Amino acid sequence: MLIPHPLLGLRDAQEFTYLGDAALLNRPDGMAEGAAEAFNDYVYLRDNPAGEHRELWFHEQGDRSWLVVTRNTVTHEILRAELASDVVLVKRGAQA
Amino acid sequence: MRFSGFLVIKEALTGHKGWKPLWRNPEPQSGYDYIIVGGGGHGLATAYFLASKFKRARIAVLEKGWLGSGNIGRNTTIIRSNYLLPGNGPFYEFSMKLWENMEQEFNFNAMVSQRGILNLIHSDGQRDAYRRRGNAMHLAGADAELLDQTGVRAMYPWLNFDNARFPIKGGLLQRRAGTARHDGVVWGYARGADMLGVDIIQNCEVTGFRIEDGRMQGVETSRGYIGAKKVGVAVAGSSGKVMAMAGMRLPIESHVLQAFVSEGLKPVVDGVITFGAGHFYVSQSDKGGLVFGGDIDGYNSYAQRGNLPVVEDVAEGGMALMPAIGRARLLRMWGGIMDMSMDGSPIIDRTPVEGLYLNAGWCYGGFKATPASGYAFAHLLATDRPHDTATAYRLDRFNRGYVIDEKGVGAQPNLH
Repeated sequence: MLIPHPLLGLRDAQEFTYLGDAALLNRPDGMAEGAAEAFNDYVYLRDNPAGEHRELWFHEQGDRSWLVVTRNTVTHEILRAELASDVVLVKRGAQA
Repeated sequence: MRFSGFLVIKEALTGHKGWKPLWRNPEPQSGYDYIIVGGGGHGLATAYFLASKFKRARIAVLEKGWLGSGNIGRNTTIIRSNYLLPGNGPFYEFSMKLWENMEQEFNFNAMVSQRGILNLIHSDGQRDAYRRRGNAMHLAGADAELLDQTGVRAMYPWLNFDNARFPIKGGLLQRRAGTARHDGVVWGYARGADMLGVDIIQNCEVTGFRIEDGRMQGVETSRGYIGAKKVGVAVAGSSGKVMAMAGMRLPIESHVLQAFVSEGLKPVVDGVITFGAGHFYVSQSDKGGLVFGGDIDGYNSYAQRGNLPVVEDVAEGGMALMPAIGRARLLRMWGGIMDMSMDGSPIIDRTPVEGLYLNAGWCYGGFKATPASGYAFAHLLATDRPHDTATAYRLDRFNRGYVIDEKGVGAQPNLH
């Protein structure tokens, strides 16, 4: 698989390590009501879809950036890749 | 029809005209007492034990494709019980004992061959770890022997003992482990269940559950609605998809694991060998092909095929362990979808929906568990209580902090 890195262009997936569902960016608030349940869902439960999946890849053998890659888990087709930092900033902007 | 040597001779003398199909192909009825979703090894074993050991009737197995089209037909056929943790050890040893009597019980040749599994040791630290594992196996009732280098040389003199980076210093041997014919297992359980009156319905995909007031009423399928008060789901890599129809998220990711078979060779590997310094395991089938595999590809996947980097990694592992393998040509390779759970251990439990039961999360070790998984799941379905050896495989163990993490890598399914 080749991952279209937003800064470096097409890179071999072997340069990356895989973490999992990009929902891991949405860390719950540890001080909120029901935090224990929220953290159980966050750490252990997954949507695990067959089809489009947004997931975190770390460019360990490259520029050490985290990417959010959108990939089809049925065909292995990679639809797009964004810097995880951009994804988080956009989300924060939307919340502000 | 019971198979026997006498029957084989009789059929040979009368032109083989008396053989019949191994199971019926019935139309689904309007309702059953028990529905098992998934006609793989675990599902068929569950139906078989429900009927044979727990004397239940009105049982159906629903399979979306054909029998054996999933992971039961896509594995490396290794059976063993060399586990370390208390939640696992007794369960897999129970499974090993069921393997030992399986063929006599369901009257079918599953070619169970206790040819032994040897886990190689490459460092002092690893020897300590395997000594501990061997002791844990003894405590669980399994057999284990620690071999030094001389002992390993006597078994496999052609291994790469003096590798500069990963010299072989010994091994942990379980003699009762071995291999079985995977298709024979699924056909044997299917035939055994069918003879006890279980309806095996192929090409029947479950498309939804009918749940009222938190109670299971039945399943919607591609061949119409079928009612059932108790539904057991044993669908391996598709657990996430199927349980989502009941509104559940699982502690599971689906990953792809590849396996390989070489061209047929003269007998060279008479047991199962695992490389201790990389992920590579190999055995030789009775047809002569070397059957081997390695790591999962490492990313979520529902495609029954993997990518080339892992092929290279497995081939490198093989070359480091047994350089002679480099002369063998690869005949075929394939991928299967694994239910990778958050602690690397399975789940056999009830769910928040009354009457819906889950058997999932076998990672890439489900084949060896087939008989015990079926037995324990049938026990749960029939009595609503877990089998003695499967009490640790609860769905809520993650929330409660009782994970069974053999590798100790945490909630990272692609590392288990």
